[in-house]
Amino acid sequence: MAQIVLDRLTAQFSGGEIIEVGSSRGNEWARIKREAWVTVCKFLRDDPATKMDMFIDLTAVDRMGLRTFPEDAPRFDVVLHLYSVGHKHRVRLYCGVPEEDPSVDTLVSVWEGVNWFEREAYDLYGVRFKGHPDLRRILMYPEFVGHPLRKDYPKEKRQPLVRRQAGTRE
Amino acid sequence: MGFEFHTTSLQAAVNWARKWSLFQYPFVTACCGMEFMSVAASKYDIARFGAEFPRFSPRQADLLIIVGTITERQGPALRRIYDQMCEPKWVVAFGVCASTGGFYQNYGTMPGADQVVPVDVYIPGCPPRPEQVLDGLMLLQDRIQKGEGHSQITIAAERGYDVPIAAIRPKELKGP
Repeated sequence: MAQIVLDRLTAQFSGGEIIEVGSSRGNEWARIKREAWVTVCKFLRDDPATKMDMFIDLTAVDRMGLRTFPEDAPRFDVVLHLYSVGHKHRVRLYCGVPEEDPSVDTLVSVWEGVNWFEREAYDLYGVRFKGHPDLRRILMYPEFVGHPLRKDYPKEKRQPLVRRQAGTRE
Repeated sequence: MGFEFHTTSLQAAVNWARKWSLFQYPFVTACCGMEFMSVAASKYDIARFGAEFPRFSPRQADLLIIVGTITERQGPALRRIYDQMCEPKWVVAFGVCASTGGFYQNYGTMPGADQVVPVDVYIPGCPPRPEQVLDGLMLLQDRIQKGEGHSQITIAAERGYDVPIAAIRPKELKGP
């Protein structure tokens, strides 16, 4: 459906910015180098042939323990879904983020709506978005320690803010 | 006729009035709210039990109905609402999420509202049928009449009233 988007990407960026492209069940995807993340996104938005003017979704994936997870691949993926209202095509972009430095440049300057989605990915996965105007937790409370959707966060660990205390008046 | 007799009689009369005039504060957070509306509406009609009047200020309410999932983040707000209510006050956990956390077992959900406020009646179900809610309400009325509510017991203990029946409840539970 959106092969043109991938063609445009590979034609425009030949310096290794596009690590891999593919198509799965009618959905086109591309894996982008971390350093070129904002540049590629800006190109997709502004190029008349792609014109990805609508931001759909941004989230992250923790690939720790995944069977299809290669040894040398970065642990986290930032996943971005885009849509073109004019051309009616979609594309999915990945950006690998390593565990030791889980950061990537923010896309707020490209699509304003990314703001809260990046906050969510930061909150739940601990991916830092460099240059984000307001990178605070959005779902969990500020006192929360850690990032609950990381695979190594204990499944049933709770961090209560308040509990009943024995001996107090109730 | 001693002073003691009058005290208990008065308590019985007051409790009778209390149980037929519950002013509820619905703390509705999730889908159980739909079932709560059903109970409150004309078909099931909790007005029959004198509990039809939702107050949206905890200061005017004496029955806190916790309807739906409580997250850890909501804990302090729920506790504050309970603290703001005038005594004596009662708490009903409506549905499994409010009672135990329900099918949520994760980092964000509180495993039952009784972690932060003392709950008098637990109504199971996901969501509970309106009949179950009415049953729970009648159960609560029984407890109010007997002076067994958590806050009633605390007040009685503080003021030196007769020990409420709830104090001998564990023995009852040991029965066959």
